[in-house]
Amino acid sequence: MTAPGNGEAVTQVETPSRIEYEYIAGRAQSRFLRAIAEGRIVGQRCPACGQVYVPPRGSCPTDGVPTSDEVELPHRGMITTFCVVNVPFAGQRIELPYVTASILLEGADIPFQHLIQEVEASEVRMGMRVEAVWRPQEEWGFTLENIAHFRPTGEPDADFESYRAHL
Amino acid sequence: MSEREILSAPLVVEYPYARSLGPTLSRFFTALRDKRIVGIRGADGRVLVPPSEYDPQTSEPLSEFVDVEDSGEVLTWTWVSRPDEDNPLDRPFAWALVRLDGADTGLLHAVDGGDPSTMRTGMRVRARWREETVGHIRDIECFEPVEGAS
Repeated sequence: MTAPGNGEAVTQVETPSRIEYEYIAGRAQSRFLRAIAEGRIVGQRCPACGQVYVPPRGSCPTDGVPTSDEVELPHRGMITTFCVVNVPFAGQRIELPYVTASILLEGADIPFQHLIQEVEASEVRMGMRVEAVWRPQEEWGFTLENIAHFRPTGEPDADFESYRAHL
Repeated sequence: MSEREILSAPLVVEYPYARSLGPTLSRFFTALRDKRIVGIRGADGRVLVPPSEYDPQTSEPLSEFVDVEDSGEVLTWTWVSRPDEDNPLDRPFAWALVRLDGADTGLLHAVDGGDPSTMRTGMRVRARWREETVGHIRDIECFEPVEGAS
């Protein structure tokens, strides 16, 4: 915006958009968040198709039934797809470039997004085996951010066929 | 799981947009800074406020700007009995479409009617300009009823 009264045309207006929500986690997410506050990753299995969802939503999107069976998952898995972030943006907290990945934990049937660190961005690969690195326990809350990031385990990559269906 | 065990947290979704203005809307916002209101003549001769770059029916580009008055009549309104902090006024008010004198379309703004009983379709209102203007729709703080008018 230009200063008032100086005769120049106005060429921009601020149009901020803001909505304040209270987010209610619901039963499935609350169980997941309470477990993660204790350092455990807990998904839910659909009794109809057997798929394991993490974080769980409480129902299976395929069968439309409650996913009441809880499944504790290991803190390791593989990268399915990933993205190297190079462009700075408002709200950015991590130094560029950094890698976010869709991580499929062992035993889970859907991936979730998290940060990959302790490896050069250029060396990240689909199928790379990774493990969770947790923050110090005194910093834990009800959040997936209790896991600071995932790092490579150094094991051989997973075979493409083992995660092709999750892309 | 009991309802007490359900977790909740505040979540704010916000985008600090700044919107660039082309030649048409730049005229409109520049006029607001100068405490004037500008519309544009459409293909059928009707004056559109705020001005459109293109005719809404024929899609042809428009270019004939028309000055309109900063007072007019309320076409339609709705009362806000519990304003929130993002609303233009901190007391109950009406959102209204105001057809300014010289315009053929309604401009959305707030009317400081004080009480819903003062609001009436067809009532006369006048813009209450801020002292300091910058070139924003909020240079008009709100519209207020014109005393003695129907």
